[in-house]
Amino acid sequence: MNILVCIKQVPDMESKFNVNGEGSWYDSADLAWRMNEYDEYAVEQAVQLKEQAGGDLTVLCIGPERVKETMKKALAMGCDRGVHVADDDSFKKDPFSIASIIAEHAKVKSYDVIFTGMQSQDRGSAQVGVLAAETLGIPSVTTIVGFVFEGGKITVKRELEGGVKAVVKLPVPALVTCQLGLNTPRYPTLPNIMKAKKKEMLTVPVAELLKTSAVQETKTIYFPEKKGGGLILEGDIGELADKLIKILKDKTAVLA
Amino acid sequence: MQGGVYDLIAFANKVGAESAMFLVGSDGELPKYEGTVYLADVAACGEYNPDVHKQLLLEIIAKVKPDMVIFCHSSYGWDLAPRVANALKAGQVSEVVDFVDGLPVVPVCNSKLRRKVAVTTATTVLTLQAGAFSLADDPTGTPTVEKISAGGTGRIEFAGYEYAEKGGVDLTKAAVIVSAGRGIGKPENIAIVAGLAKALKGEYGASRPVVDAEWAEHNRQVGTTGQTVSPKLYVACGISGAIQHLAGMKKSEFIVAINTDKDAPIGEVADVLVVADLKQFIPVLTEKIEAM
Repeated sequence: MNILVCIKQVPDMESKFNVNGEGSWYDSADLAWRMNEYDEYAVEQAVQLKEQAGGDLTVLCIGPERVKETMKKALAMGCDRGVHVADDDSFKKDPFSIASIIAEHAKVKSYDVIFTGMQSQDRGSAQVGVLAAETLGIPSVTTIVGFVFEGGKITVKRELEGGVKAVVKLPVPALVTCQLGLNTPRYPTLPNIMKAKKKEMLTVPVAELLKTSAVQETKTIYFPEKKGGGLILEGDIGELADKLIKILKDKTAVLA
Repeated sequence: MQGGVYDLIAFANKVGAESAMFLVGSDGELPKYEGTVYLADVAACGEYNPDVHKQLLLEIIAKVKPDMVIFCHSSYGWDLAPRVANALKAGQVSEVVDFVDGLPVVPVCNSKLRRKVAVTTATTVLTLQAGAFSLADDPTGTPTVEKISAGGTGRIEFAGYEYAEKGGVDLTKAAVIVSAGRGIGKPENIAIVAGLAKALKGEYGASRPVVDAEWAEHNRQVGTTGQTVSPKLYVACGISGAIQHLAGMKKSEFIVAINTDKDAPIGEVADVLVVADLKQFIPVLTEKIEAM
């Protein structure tokens, strides 16, 4: 079994964001970086599949030098090798370009199963996985919350709205995009973190894999206007509680 | 019928476009719409099969030759749209919340930022965030129906549905809901939130990460994939306010948010945002309410 998991490094969403000089993206200075949350589930499922079926598991990440830190976490979770597609301008790339890079890498590797997150937490297009699969000509299922590999076939649960799930079967090779809650991503142990340092990390310049042009561009990025203008209360906790109780008495019937 | 159909019509109206609709449904249940509906029979292709639905849609697109193809940003839309976009070599913009100066606007970083996007291909594919576009008046009109049928079976086999377990608490009937988000930090702190809910004679709910971590049961989950609620009072504790959560609670009559992050998107819908550590603040609040 030859497995690929594609991950992205994103800022912690609790960060204080600023707009960059060009007004085209958020400023990357002074941010704490981590693995895209959806991708943690993708890595965990890929590692579980490898543990079950044996084989080789590659983690791929596109971005500047710093993304290697996030890749090391995936290696410590159980991936065998890393492919770092070096690109200082990855933040400017549209989903189509990112998917093309992945497909260009994957088309000669005969992966049986490719895992991605359902979307990234920053750009949130939810397109890259499906676009890569369509480019490769393999079937794909999005937003999975259950994954079983048995008898050479994949059975997944696809999350729909209102608590309903569709059970879907598909042959390999295939690509699945992972939703939160799919599994419980493991914490890398210290011995595994040490082992990860010795694993292969191949760096490929993005120019070698990017054969397409962008189909969209960001015109501007900006902070939304605060709507509604709700009241913001700050200060001493006891006083805050008194203020809130008074508001609830005035504006709602629940404390009457 | 999926409620989003009128969001799509509202968007077409907003951009002043001529439109046609692709619908998987039945004659007996058509939307109120003045235009052509290309209707695929729900009995024949109601179960979503990406290959089959993509093919159906591409045939209609070849006939209608639209400048824009729009979907709801739902489990259906975000799955099908990129397949269609790829086949058309069209740029896709996902989860559109606004349309300004002829360009779609989308959220970035959990709605902390907005991005205006220009597509450079002849055809544009969009998915619309639920509720971002809505009709000002009740929908009217009777569509002209053109029936279409699917060939082929696709590579993906549908094997059935699974439904959430019924029973337990019914949040939709609660007058007060106090919900726990990721900000509660650890499962033991559910008790703090449940305590406030009890003092307010309500129920406690939870956001998705809390349910995924199994700190609360699924029937307490508020949001797109859980319950949609509209209580008299909703208290969001340590909930940042992902759009999927907001969609499930923003119609509440009065909303209080308790959060350490003053810029959290939950502030957009909250009537009152208390900037405080919930672990310290809620016990004090609960005690004062119980003493009343």
